[in-house]
Amino acid sequence: MSPIFYLLAALTLAGGLATVLLKHLVHAALAVTVAFAGLALLFLQLDAQFAGFAQILVYIGAVAILIVFAILLTHGADLPKEGVFSKTWLVGLIIAAGVFAVLGWAVLESVSAIPQQNTMPAVTVRDIGNALLDRYVLPLEIVALLLTAATIGAVIVAMHEKERPK
Amino acid sequence: MAANLDQIFILLRNWLVSFLPAALRPAAGVVLGVIAIVCVFPGFFALTTVFERKGLGRIQNRIGPNRVGPFGLFQPIADGIKALTKEDVVPLSANAAVHFLAPLVMVVAVFMEFAVLPIGRNMVLVDMDAGLLFFFAMGAATELSVFMAGWSSRNKYSLLGAMRAVAQMISYEVVLLLSSVSVVMITGSLSLPKIVAAQDQFTNGFPHWYIFTPWGLAGFLMYAIAATAETNRSPFDLPEGESELVAGYHTEYSGFKFALFFLGEYLAMFSISGLGTTLFLGGWSAPFSFLPWVPSWIWFFGKVMLSIFVFIWLRGTLPRLRQDQLMNFAWKFVLPFTLLNLMVTALWRFMGEGWQRWVVCSVILVAAYVVMGRLEMRREHFGPRSYRYAE
Repeated sequence: MSPIFYLLAALTLAGGLATVLLKHLVHAALAVTVAFAGLALLFLQLDAQFAGFAQILVYIGAVAILIVFAILLTHGADLPKEGVFSKTWLVGLIIAAGVFAVLGWAVLESVSAIPQQNTMPAVTVRDIGNALLDRYVLPLEIVALLLTAATIGAVIVAMHEKERPK
Repeated sequence: MAANLDQIFILLRNWLVSFLPAALRPAAGVVLGVIAIVCVFPGFFALTTVFERKGLGRIQNRIGPNRVGPFGLFQPIADGIKALTKEDVVPLSANAAVHFLAPLVMVVAVFMEFAVLPIGRNMVLVDMDAGLLFFFAMGAATELSVFMAGWSSRNKYSLLGAMRAVAQMISYEVVLLLSSVSVVMITGSLSLPKIVAAQDQFTNGFPHWYIFTPWGLAGFLMYAIAATAETNRSPFDLPEGESELVAGYHTEYSGFKFALFFLGEYLAMFSISGLGTTLFLGGWSAPFSFLPWVPSWIWFFGKVMLSIFVFIWLRGTLPRLRQDQLMNFAWKFVLPFTLLNLMVTALWRFMGEGWQRWVVCSVILVAAYVVMGRLEMRREHFGPRSYRYAE
């Protein structure tokens, strides 16, 4: 646990808190981007280059852009009059606490379940690539097929039918 | 002597660092490298602005800037002083925090890209195992800054410009990534210094640059198209189309914040040219086997400046595309061709040495180019112009 870890953890937590507490939707979207960036830096701090860069590329480069586009194309960025905070925040808090408890329990259990390794395993991007295209090629292909089907489906839903010229 | 000149910056750094205690040396070396990048590339930016205005002037049959200094060479200094002393106007209804952060995010993200570019032999700030991935990850962050600038200005032109810019950057980023993948497939590494080292070999005096292979040439052309679009340069400069959108997403920026955006755009041009040079044009390697005595960094900067010249030339020559033409071009021509190029690259990799693979790969690519071009053109009707909304 180095000081860098605590800095990054504080950054990530601050981003996450700002996301739920800020009133403005676009501000919240930008705050969640900060949380994504903090997570990516945490991955990098753990020497997981591929996971870290993929996190930046996918979450900051695509998901964050998708979120802000969705906000702009649907509600508009203006504040609703009745306030942005949900009335069922207590239920939400309980569910969030439950999920956090389960995750935390799983992580704490895994420490005793997995034998402690003395040497840190060095995993390069090459190893991840080899594993993806060798041992896990079937799940990869299935996911690829699913994503292609989803993309085509989205295009068909979004495509408006052309009027035939008479 | 030649070897010393080649490594002069490394030797200089080591000499400067040797004054410090041993514990501080690695950190000081990195800091010196960062200072060098932060000083050298904005210097090139200043030179390029003059070069661009002079070049465009030549193309448009005028003289260009010629008042400040000899041949107008001190023009960027005058521009810089002007930008620094101008009033920084922030619109009253703008979202002040986001409006302030946007140019900073852009410049920082673009500067980060230079960290993994091999500028010369042994001259790379961070030799990362996944350098190419890092480059594209940082490129993704600039998209968000463009959106932040456009949205926070509370101006319809800014917002429209930002939406256009982001849509265009996302579309062409796919092509940019896929055309680089073919280089990764052949080299077997995401590390940029290794990609250059793989091209730094000679047969009969000619280099092994990837552009001199059928898949490399096709990949480089697709990369160049995508790079032009990614940096919002003409003919893909719709996000800043001054006849429609004033200045696009930086309409509401003035003074030094505008200068930062300007700097960010040119630095993005340098970094993307640098990556193209590294991937396809052999990076810092010499073009002929009898020239290795020329320092490697001269080759790198020469190739980058050549790419910049092509950018300026294109800007002076081509008219601006329309939005639907831009998107159709990306998704219906460039992307399928890049995907085909990936297949051809795999074929090239597994056909082994010999002349057969040259013939097969070239024939597939040329045939695909002709067929796809014909199919696209058949659907175009060159009748009288029709207007959908303006009537």
